[in-house]
Amino acid sequence: MAESVLTARRSRARRRPRAPRRARAAWVGYLPYLLPGAVAFAVVIGYPLLTNVYFSLFKWRGGMAPLRWNGLGNYADLMGDDQFWTSFGNSVAMIVAMVLVPTLVGLLLAAVLFDYLGRRFGERVSSVLRATYYLPQILPVAVAGVLWNWILNSQTGALNEILRGMGMDSPPNWLGDPATALPSVMLVLIWIQIGYPVVIFMAALQRVDPELYEAAELDGAGWWHRFRAITVPQIRPETFVVTLTCTVAALKVFAPIYVLTRGGPESSTLVPSYYSYLNFFDKSHVGYGAAIATVLTLVIVAVAVIILGLQSRAERREREGI
Amino acid sequence: MAVATSVRAPRLRLRHSGIDSRYRRGAGRWLVLAVAVLVGLVILAPFGIMLLNAVKSPQDYSANGPLSLPSSIYLDGVVAFWERTEFPVKLWNSVFISAVVAVLGALLSLLNAYAIGIGRVKGRLWIVTLFLLANMLPQEALIYPLFTMAQSVGLSNSQWSVIIIFTVIQSAFGTYLLSSVLGTFPPALLEAAALDGASRWRILWQVVFPIMRPTLSVLMIFFFIWTWNEFFIPLVMLTTNDTQTIPIALASLQGDRMMDAPTINAGTLVSLVPAVVFFLIFQRTLTRGVTAGAVK
Repeated sequence: MAESVLTARRSRARRRPRAPRRARAAWVGYLPYLLPGAVAFAVVIGYPLLTNVYFSLFKWRGGMAPLRWNGLGNYADLMGDDQFWTSFGNSVAMIVAMVLVPTLVGLLLAAVLFDYLGRRFGERVSSVLRATYYLPQILPVAVAGVLWNWILNSQTGALNEILRGMGMDSPPNWLGDPATALPSVMLVLIWIQIGYPVVIFMAALQRVDPELYEAAELDGAGWWHRFRAITVPQIRPETFVVTLTCTVAALKVFAPIYVLTRGGPESSTLVPSYYSYLNFFDKSHVGYGAAIATVLTLVIVAVAVIILGLQSRAERREREGI
Repeated sequence: MAVATSVRAPRLRLRHSGIDSRYRRGAGRWLVLAVAVLVGLVILAPFGIMLLNAVKSPQDYSANGPLSLPSSIYLDGVVAFWERTEFPVKLWNSVFISAVVAVLGALLSLLNAYAIGIGRVKGRLWIVTLFLLANMLPQEALIYPLFTMAQSVGLSNSQWSVIIIFTVIQSAFGTYLLSSVLGTFPPALLEAAALDGASRWRILWQVVFPIMRPTLSVLMIFFFIWTWNEFFIPLVMLTTNDTQTIPIALASLQGDRMMDAPTINAGTLVSLVPAVVFFLIFQRTLTRGVTAGAVK
């Protein structure tokens, strides 16, 4: 597309001798359109981000209290803070629940719906199933969390009522026991997340040339074989997008933790975002909270850069392969 | 593995070849369908339990458990939730904030993308990368300065602070998406308009905007839903009953001792109805939109 713009400009240049100077400066004329965005970004994202880093260098109880210089002291404290390490350890669990499991299961479900059930029972069946899987994605995360909080409640919750009805005397306190809280939260997150990769992957599969499958079928390749040799490599770009967006979301996860467990019991479900919120607004350790948020930001940017790097390397290798 | 072999038989038009393979395929495909339906039922189960218990009296619940059909329709839970949260106020707050963000966010995205995608501003790759990174930032890294800034300009507990913040955050994604779409805008159209002497401003509104309208509407639906579902920033910025949104209202009722099963379930039900209604209305546009986000 860039070439066609250039050639178009060149042809105009031939017609009118003054054009080259105008073409050179053409993009400058568009700068005013960037102005509102630039100002808004500087005010709402750039300035607060830098101010947050600035706050992280102080001990500050917030509000009118004085800021006391602490250098990198907050960061040094973080290194020795068990809760901080627990929170990032739990981020790994969030990645398992929001990226690993949904992407793998979603890939399988999408392939089954698209080229197995869709072909044998018609497109209606597969699109109804897809909509069903996607349903948890459309309700506000906080609302989903409140619903699950009640279902998993040890006293009045639906799950334990059912278990008691089946004769279990003391069913587990799902969200209240440090041993079961994290797995319970992970199951809720899988339930919320699963529809997203299914929808993306099914759309991606429509892009794949059906002749590839037909050729493989004629060669006698089974479904699993075709899944691995055609489906997975063909929709790799979408897999990268899903992995990137979901990993970032998993590192940022806040609302489900807030409504399900508030990081408890005994910090067993604490995550970095909730830990910084706690320091900001509950413990009034603003400098410390800012330091946690800054570390989280760095981790997210690093992870995003790594995933984007892997993606461009895979794309390059694919191009060279062809 | 049985599934894998059973799939081998080619598609419909070759069906008449060999009754034997068709039988094998027949058994396997029902099994796969059963598993897929089962997954769907597991996903639906919490919704079902919620529906059953939203209209069941507390006595009925403790006597017959969560899985029984309600013996009579009990609406006190809905009424209690509706009145306690002043639901119409919350609904209006959510609609107002999300709708304004959708419009302003799309507008800001369009202006940015016009300069980047069509104007081909120098350094545009860096600008787009910056926007993309901005979209990924954890809100915790912005919230305290935003909170103090809102206080100092008199926007504490104001919906406008939330609107401004989300307009910018959503337009970060919108700019990224629209820039790549506008990068492929037919140059002939722009050329023709320029030869007719149209200014950049007129080209934007009379050439680019009409053609981009479908993409912009998908973007607006997205922004609306994302803002509707937001939790963290509204939780911090909106501190009183009259400004809060639906998710915040529901979550803040949660710790309440007076919340019995029907009230919680009715609250969940009432809170998700607008999202579901919105989803059903825009389902087609939306599925297209989810896809648009994926193809970069």
